[in-house]
Amino acid sequence: MDLMDVLRAALTQALGPNAIVFALAAIGLNIHFGYTGLLNFGQAGFMSVAAYGLAVTTVMADLPFWLGIVMSFLAPILLAIVLGVPTLRLRADYLAIVTIATAEILRLIFGSVEFKEQFGGSNGITGYAKTYKDMNPYSGELDLGILRFSKDDLWSVTVGWTLVALGCLLVWLLMRSPWGRVLRSIREDEDAVRSLGKNVFAYKMQALVLGGMFGGLAGLFLALKQASVVPSDYSTNITFFAYTALLIGGAARVLGPVVGSIIFWFLIAGLGSIFNQLTDGADPILPTWLMTDTQASLVRFIVTGLGLMLLMIYRPQGIFGDRREIAIDGR
Amino acid sequence: MGLRWLALLIAGFILAIPTAAFADDDPTPSESPSESSSATVDSTATPTDVTTEEPVKPSGPGIAVTLVNSSDKSKEFPKGRPLEGVTLTVIDSSGAEVGSAVTDATGLAFIPVEALDTYTVELDEDTLPDGINLNGSNQSDPVKMRLMAPTYVDFPIGATKGEKASFGDKLAQSLASGIKFGLIVALAALGLSLIFGTTGLTNFAHGELITLGGVLTYTFNRSVGLPVILAGLVAVLLSAGFGWAQDKGLWAPLRRRGTGLIAMMIVSIGFGLFLRSIFQYIYSSSTKTLSQYTTQGAHDFGIIKLADKEIAIILIATVAIAGVCVAMMKTRMGKAMRAVSDNPALAASSGMRVDSVISTAWVLGTAMSGLAGVLLAVNSQVNFLMGFKLLLLVFAAVTLGGLGTIWGALIGSMIIGIIVEVGPLFGVPSSIKEVGALVVLVLILLVRPQGILGRRERIG
Repeated sequence: MDLMDVLRAALTQALGPNAIVFALAAIGLNIHFGYTGLLNFGQAGFMSVAAYGLAVTTVMADLPFWLGIVMSFLAPILLAIVLGVPTLRLRADYLAIVTIATAEILRLIFGSVEFKEQFGGSNGITGYAKTYKDMNPYSGELDLGILRFSKDDLWSVTVGWTLVALGCLLVWLLMRSPWGRVLRSIREDEDAVRSLGKNVFAYKMQALVLGGMFGGLAGLFLALKQASVVPSDYSTNITFFAYTALLIGGAARVLGPVVGSIIFWFLIAGLGSIFNQLTDGADPILPTWLMTDTQASLVRFIVTGLGLMLLMIYRPQGIFGDRREIAIDGR
Repeated sequence: MGLRWLALLIAGFILAIPTAAFADDDPTPSESPSESSSATVDSTATPTDVTTEEPVKPSGPGIAVTLVNSSDKSKEFPKGRPLEGVTLTVIDSSGAEVGSAVTDATGLAFIPVEALDTYTVELDEDTLPDGINLNGSNQSDPVKMRLMAPTYVDFPIGATKGEKASFGDKLAQSLASGIKFGLIVALAALGLSLIFGTTGLTNFAHGELITLGGVLTYTFNRSVGLPVILAGLVAVLLSAGFGWAQDKGLWAPLRRRGTGLIAMMIVSIGFGLFLRSIFQYIYSSSTKTLSQYTTQGAHDFGIIKLADKEIAIILIATVAIAGVCVAMMKTRMGKAMRAVSDNPALAASSGMRVDSVISTAWVLGTAMSGLAGVLLAVNSQVNFLMGFKLLLLVFAAVTLGGLGTIWGALIGSMIIGIIVEVGPLFGVPSSIKEVGALVVLVLILLVRPQGILGRRERIG
């Protein structure tokens, strides 16, 4: 049992590109769920349209890289409008079902054989990230002993955390503005806001678009950092994990999603590493009838599921949140 | 409080049954060729036949696939005529191509691979001989490679003969399978609807209650050795027990704490992930078959062909659904349940014991979902994701019919089942035929958000 290895794996993931993807997605969910009370269970859909927006424009249509980036910003906006029009007037769980269904529709279509020409099937699309890689100013890897990033990861981490910081700044500025106060009051009591003459539907739609754009940014960053777009990366579980990250940190707090993602990945990677070591080798510490190495990789999901339940039951406000500010009492 | 811990204990026990059964079993699951061949009980064909065989002798790590035309059987080729010259490609879990091979005269293709991973086999439809069409997807389910040795792919693709069936015949056949699928969805949807109606909970762990029925059937059938019918019965009973324990151990305490509905919905997401991972932990991610009724010959009823098990599934589902509907309409408990779903506060003040009504709804709802899982397992195969894949269709069915209404759930399910099966005839890509139903779900919310039978006031 090498605790140093566990710590290194956990820290590298907690500060690495994966945590950034989740932080960006969770910032979007924070705008939806934390501030406005919208239950978007289709963040994976927003991520996928942005990623495919870039990849399809650049590779399949052979257009310039920067046009692809523009597309990956436009696609989530369009998706948010399409989703919002039928559902934002309805009760919260309708939006939840429609968004989760749409995310699945998109993932199935992107991965289907019939649309292989357009979306690359289950193999996905590669070969669009050269412009991004060429901008990398670093020449070597970073090795601090307990933290290790390759040259590519170092570049992604720099870009990613900058994006997260800018995103947090934007959310902080918006949520202390009058616009943000209207969003919070919609979360607390929609009818009261309506009686004050505010157009609730328009505000909800703006929140959905803004949060969806953060989801899109997460998808775009994921596509850039791993240089390939694969449909299985955008499954419903991603949305649920982003929710877990958000709830760990605390909803309706600017830094909640960021801290939550760091802690989530620290725990996930740490647990993964511990159980990997416990079941590794010819004579593993845990007997194989109890746990094989493939089963070891599942322990973290079992713990995540259990953790999400317990978190929601015993501390729904997360680490930083305020219990009075959580939109969990709607029907 | 004591009851709660007892309930948690019972729930844990039901989940642990398979573990105990597996403890003295060979932990290497499925894929071994012996298992897939022993699964072949009936020699006649169904359109979706398993095309794995074992007489080949490839060596070294790799994926072996034997492709036969299961609708063209003869004395010479009891499992079907081998298909030669078809290109198969193996794709690893990151989506990269590992290699491809062309099937030889015995229909065998062997693609060597270098690492333990989860692989998918893809079939190039353009290389199929003339007159042969695939039925189903051209991709196999993901196959987990556990040993550096030949791994036999369970390739649920039946290459059936491309007879030019008339559009009417195809329509009739897809309608029949749509009704069968719709009835299975209806069982699960009724369960969801009962629970939603009485508690207001949108249960995202409902898919796992379906899976529970399937995997329990598998355990009692394969590990304990009961016949499938008996194993299914035990699975339904245990599902009902799990429903009771789950309510008493988890949801009733949450209701007493006054936890909000959205918080409970998120709890159910965590619970679903938890159960799903446990199923995967115990049963691995491979797809498994029951010991009986895997392949059955279809009887020809003029325009449609149905196997015995399909008739049985339709009958069992119909009887169960009819039974529940009659019970909901006629019995005291049924009336109480409808009263609680209409207005819990009023029901409580009229002297009903709301908590025991809700408990009954959980038992009944989980038992029905378990039965849906059993029927799904008999109809096709057992997989830890079988219920999760169905969950969105169940949501679609319930929303389509109207949240919280029994007849709505029934009608919605039949429509969803038929759309899923008939869709490919009207241009929905057949590898993603669920998409049609999900699109209908989104569209119906545009024009009639309360669903077909729902009432306006319910949508808030």
